Amino acid sequence: MAFLALLATPLLGALVLALAGGRRFAPELNVLFSLGTLIAAGLLAAQVIGAGRLVLWNEQFLIDPFNVFLVTLTAFVSFTTAVFSRPYMRIELEHGRVNGPRLRLFHSMYQLFIATMLVALTTNNMGLLWVSMEAATLSTVLLVTLYRTPASLEAGWKYFILCGVGIAQALFGTILLYFAAERVLGATGVDALLWTHLDAVKGELEPAVLGLAFVFLLVGYGTKVGLAPLHNWLPDAHAEGPTPISAVLSGLLLNVAIYAVVRCKVLVEGALHSQLPGRMLMSFGLLSVVLAAFFLWRQRDVKRLFAYSSIEHMGIIVFAFGMGGPLANFAGLLHMVMHSLTKSAIFFAVGHISQIKGTQRIHRIRGLTVTHPALGWGLVVGVAAIAGLPPLGIFMSEFLVVTSTFARQPLLAIVLVFGILLAFGALLLRLTSVAFGRPRGSSAPAEASYVPMFAHLALVLVAGIYLPAPLVAWFQNVARLLG
Amino acid sequence: MNIPFSLQLLNALAALLLLLSFAMLSQRRIVTLVNLLAVQGAVLCAATLLLAWRTGERHMYVSAALTLALKVVFLPWLLHRLMRRLAVYWDTEPMLHISGTMMLGLLIVVFSFGLAQPIAALASTATRNAVGIAVAVILLAFLSMITRRKAMSQVVGFLSMENGLFFGAMSATYGMPMVVELGVALDVLVAMLVLGVFFFQIREQFDSLDLHHLESLKEDR
Repeated sequence: MAFLALLATPLLGALVLALAGGRRFAPELNVLFSLGTLIAAGLLAAQVIGAGRLVLWNEQFLIDPFNVFLVTLTAFVSFTTAVFSRPYMRIELEHGRVNGPRLRLFHSMYQLFIATMLVALTTNNMGLLWVSMEAATLSTVLLVTLYRTPASLEAGWKYFILCGVGIAQALFGTILLYFAAERVLGATGVDALLWTHLDAVKGELEPAVLGLAFVFLLVGYGTKVGLAPLHNWLPDAHAEGPTPISAVLSGLLLNVAIYAVVRCKVLVEGALHSQLPGRMLMSFGLLSVVLAAFFLWRQRDVKRLFAYSSIEHMGIIVFAFGMGGPLANFAGLLHMVMHSLTKSAIFFAVGHISQIKGTQRIHRIRGLTVTHPALGWGLVVGVAAIAGLPPLGIFMSEFLVVTSTFARQPLLAIVLVFGILLAFGALLLRLTSVAFGRPRGSSAPAEASYVPMFAHLALVLVAGIYLPAPLVAWFQNVARLLG
Repeated sequence: MNIPFSLQLLNALAALLLLLSFAMLSQRRIVTLVNLLAVQGAVLCAATLLLAWRTGERHMYVSAALTLALKVVFLPWLLHRLMRRLAVYWDTEPMLHISGTMMLGLLIVVFSFGLAQPIAALASTATRNAVGIAVAVILLAFLSMITRRKAMSQVVGFLSMENGLFFGAMSATYGMPMVVELGVALDVLVAMLVLGVFFFQIREQFDSLDLHHLESLKEDR
């Protein structure tokens, strides 16, 4: 029941907002539907805590401890982003950057996007996973181009083609997976793509085929994660679309793509009886961390800056999952949550800041803590968190990744730490110029809603200081499941 | 070696697909490109029907019908319509000279058969060559996407890649489960509709569908 509500609410929301999305009360409706989704996710989580694992609707859907926490996170961040987008999109409307029909498109596609991500997270069918990942791209393409500026059209085109081609590779990977599965499970039609069935027989799947399948799956879903060198679409799409979309792309979609990669990795590792898939994840992850860290120094646009920071963090997470083992997996899971909360909080702040200043260029924004203390200090805390300063949550998960790397792969740890420090320097340098010093640009008062931003930051702070024991036990349990 | 007639026919169709891929690689007239895409869809449909008849699998008839409706009729119609409305008929000179592209294409085919080796070794005799050809069609489409400049021809490349994927699924596993196939078809359909909207946005902004307008986003703007 809770599960039906979880998928039906955003779909219904998309339908209703497709009709009424341009009205005056549409932003409130958007918040309301997102709240409904959040409540359904909460109920579902409570069910899973009781039952351990649910297999629903002809085994087409699977809710286990691994995906239920991502479902809850997705529902939560999409709710807070809807709250944030209420004043934000209203101001955009007043500035004339969007109009009624475009607002309708925005609201409707926002709900549809949430629905596709929830399907991707909960489906047990590797084919449906692919379908919903592609649908997630399609529902956001027209949102990236919402402002119809030349730059946003270019960003949208890149996003469409790169993710489209990337995800086509993943489809081929899925076909190969099915091919290998059919030989073990028999040509029983739909069963051979169900993750639970594949997981049960993964030791018997043909290693040569699965190895090949994994390369395609990793390239395909890795494009969506934004792993270097397949990351080209990510900074453009984040920088040129409306800020609520940057927040959910960075905070949620990337997580969903990582989820897909990890699900595949579990299967392939079981079939290959070797560390090869993990090694591949580690190298992609490390490359992303280092490359993004270098690119961070060159950014002149504040949203691009944080987009590159997302690539860096995705690199860290993928690296952690690639290394595997209870501790590294635990760190990866924690990092997913922390990054998602922090990065969306940062985008909330950045959105209002660039709205007030009328620009995203970093050198045109100065002295925020003086003119806009709430936004300025919010940004300071957010960037401190994303750069990995204690006592905030990301420090803890990064610390865990680094220490477990030192214990197992000391040489790689040096590279990893180098990348993290490099990124740290770039972020702090940009932060000091934006937040402190003599104010530059407009100092008009902000009509922002600060609740989402500070709620996220408070959660990150609390998690950094004290993580409740049941939550730790939960994450440990999931980390063990992932092997 | 004695190969049943239906298999010989399947191999012939597979070869035809590959040939069409090469034709698309060398073609600069967008109208012809779209027509070639439609023919490729028709060949795919025929191959699906043949396999459906051979294996007696009911759901493959459905996917053949789906292919016919979507790839032979609807998408080419949509592309033709877009082409007329937007008045794009020719692609500019590709990044690489045509003959160079063809040479590269030949290498890709050899590489594809190598790549498909482990799969082909496991596949039933019915479809051994077909998997290699499917991989080749995918990679050739990829090549044509890289070397083309017009948005329209990139989209045709994208759809041709989808054809290759479909043929791969068909020949390696006699098609994916129905629910997945329907989902994929829906995605392709929506993608094309989104693209239609998108083209008009690009046109409105630049008065052209040439992609060199879309190359201004650089790192240090």
